[in-house]
Amino acid sequence: MERCAPVLNRSLHALFAERADVILLGEDLLDPYGGAFKVSAGLSTKFPDRVLTTPISEAAIVGVAGGLALRGLRPIVEIMFGDFTTLAADQIINHLAKFRGIYHGQVSCPVVIRTPMGARRGYGPTHSQSLEKIFLGIPGLTVVAPSRHHELGELLRRAVVDSTDPVLFIENKAMYAQPHEPPVAGRVAEFSTRTTADRFPTLTFSLNDFAPPDLTIATYGGMTPLALQAALELAMEHELFAEIIVPSQLSPLPTAELLTSLSASRRLLVAEEGTLTAGWGAEVVARLMDTADFPFASARVAAANSIIPTSRPLEDAMLPQPADLIAAAIKLTSSPRR
Amino acid sequence: MSPETLAPLHARMVLIRTFEESVLALFAQGELFGTTHTCLGQEAVAVGVLSQVTRDDVVFSNHRCHGHYLALFDDPAGLMAELMGRTTGLCGGVGGSQHLHRENFYTNGVQGGIVPCAAGMALAEKFKKTGRIAVVFLGDGTLGEGVVYETLNLASLWQLPLLFVVEANGFAQSTPTALQLAGSITQRAAAFGLRTAEGDGNDLAAVATLAADAVAYVRRETKPFWLVLNTYRLGPHSKGDDHRPAEELLRAHERDPLARLCARVTAPAIAAAKTDARARIAAAIAAARVAPFPTAAA
Ligand SMILES: Cc1ncc(C[n+]2csc(CCOP(=O)(O)OP(=O)(O)O)c2C)c(N)n1
Repeated sequence: MERCAPVLNRSLHALFAERADVILLGEDLLDPYGGAFKVSAGLSTKFPDRVLTTPISEAAIVGVAGGLALRGLRPIVEIMFGDFTTLAADQIINHLAKFRGIYHGQVSCPVVIRTPMGARRGYGPTHSQSLEKIFLGIPGLTVVAPSRHHELGELLRRAVVDSTDPVLFIENKAMYAQPHEPPVAGRVAEFSTRTTADRFPTLTFSLNDFAPPDLTIATYGGMTPLALQAALELAMEHELFAEIIVPSQLSPLPTAELLTSLSASRRLLVAEEGTLTAGWGAEVVARLMDTADFPFASARVAAANSIIPTSRPLEDAMLPQPADLIAAAIKLTSSPRR
Repeated sequence: MSPETLAPLHARMVLIRTFEESVLALFAQGELFGTTHTCLGQEAVAVGVLSQVTRDDVVFSNHRCHGHYLALFDDPAGLMAELMGRTTGLCGGVGGSQHLHRENFYTNGVQGGIVPCAAGMALAEKFKKTGRIAVVFLGDGTLGEGVVYETLNLASLWQLPLLFVVEANGFAQSTPTALQLAGSITQRAAAFGLRTAEGDGNDLAAVATLAADAVAYVRRETKPFWLVLNTYRLGPHSKGDDHRPAEELLRAHERDPLARLCARVTAPAIAAAKTDARARIAAAIAAARVAPFPTAAA
């Protein structure tokens, strides 16, 4: 099985070959280095005029990409670490995401900002965060964070060619080295899967062929393998069947699959790698509360409210683990279904 | 500058002056939304610089953008309707005073942020080999924003056809330049390897000459240029927020770019320009008043 980083790399190569209006900007992109995580490797050799290695100027390069997009090109920006999206926040929020709206729909600004987020690789407090929650709910901005079970290359392609607004495309750092394993004939290992027809699809995983689940787990990105592992253990050790819903689009949040699953399970567990407060999970729970016409119980699992330590045991302790999901699931299912 | 060249530029400056005075009056009457930034006293920069570009060139302006728009498009009706939040505004009333777009003209009201966007536009035109240039307007106060220097570096490094126009009007909102800016404005850009020029932004002919040279250089060499125009904001920063001493304002009026043209334009021409501007702006206001407000989409 191919690892996720080379899958994304192949997708970029295909995009560059397919379209002459695609331009990549970012730090340290040139071969032989090929970007800090090698997702951009080989592009500067094959398409030297369309790969711009930049100074360490996150705000300016995102702004430049905005200008390129307003003038008809399809720029992709690589931000070396997701932690540094903060430096480009003004460009993303007050410029790129705004242009189409403030100019009354007379322009489009299709910029894709690719960036690795997430921990579990020992990069420490300022190179491991999951900051995507800062960018949720910005009108005009789509936030996509695929898991290793999504069609990564196709999602990236759609972000670049099928968008009129900017897309923040979050690539989980741990995922880069993991095998890319999209569903084959509706299955991933022990799980049956369902994939929505959305531009950025939601995956649903079930261990009992979509029979009504005991609980619904909502998660995304790099937490997905941990949630699937927890679901296996819950089924085998505790006879609890979870349905796992994994949107690839975090914002705006698609709720249809979540609602369907939750209407049967009436128990929602949300798991994310970022910190708890005002996280994606808070939005998921609140949104389902607003829209569900039935009662349900909910719990959230997230990182501890601290910096991300570099030392492995401390990093592990700070981050949500499968055991945390299992404990939360057992607690959630210990009271009768609402 | 020949009288034939001068007359329409002078008339456009009168139009901008009259427009901006009307905007302040409409605010006082409660007919406008939110805030606005008028360019009273800076008309020579708008008209002088933008008389030297073509409609194909890209212009990115900032919060103080009415004069730039009117210099390019001579469309007080579309702008007034935009300020009055009507469907007939050039952005359907959505953008308002600081968020305008038409053809190759764009504005945004976040200080500094437009500068890299304009660089991206210059890069796009260079990439597409259109021969167009981009122009970006920034105030001296905006030189406090770091992204301006990121962009100066990129523009020089990548040889972007980008003309920076610094309107040094002496203030950043309430703060005089001396309290917010160290060192030299021109040397900042020179340090990045840009060619620079500085001149009197209240002298229409001087502005036009400097801008013509700068535009020609940017187009010919495909390189950035940093043009600093010293001017003075005669009106309030936005609506009524003016705490400057009366003597200072009196002295500033002696440098008024329109007053300085009086000797070069005939009295009947001045009177005609004023009458025409007043009539067009009155018509623009009247038309906007009866135009529908947008309705929220379902
Ligand atoms: C990033 C940012 N900070 C603060 C403001 C509020 N603000 C609007 S205009 C202005 C002063 C700008 O000064 P300058 O660049 O000299 O332009 P001028 O207003 O003098 O034309 C300020 C502080 C803003 N719009 N954007």
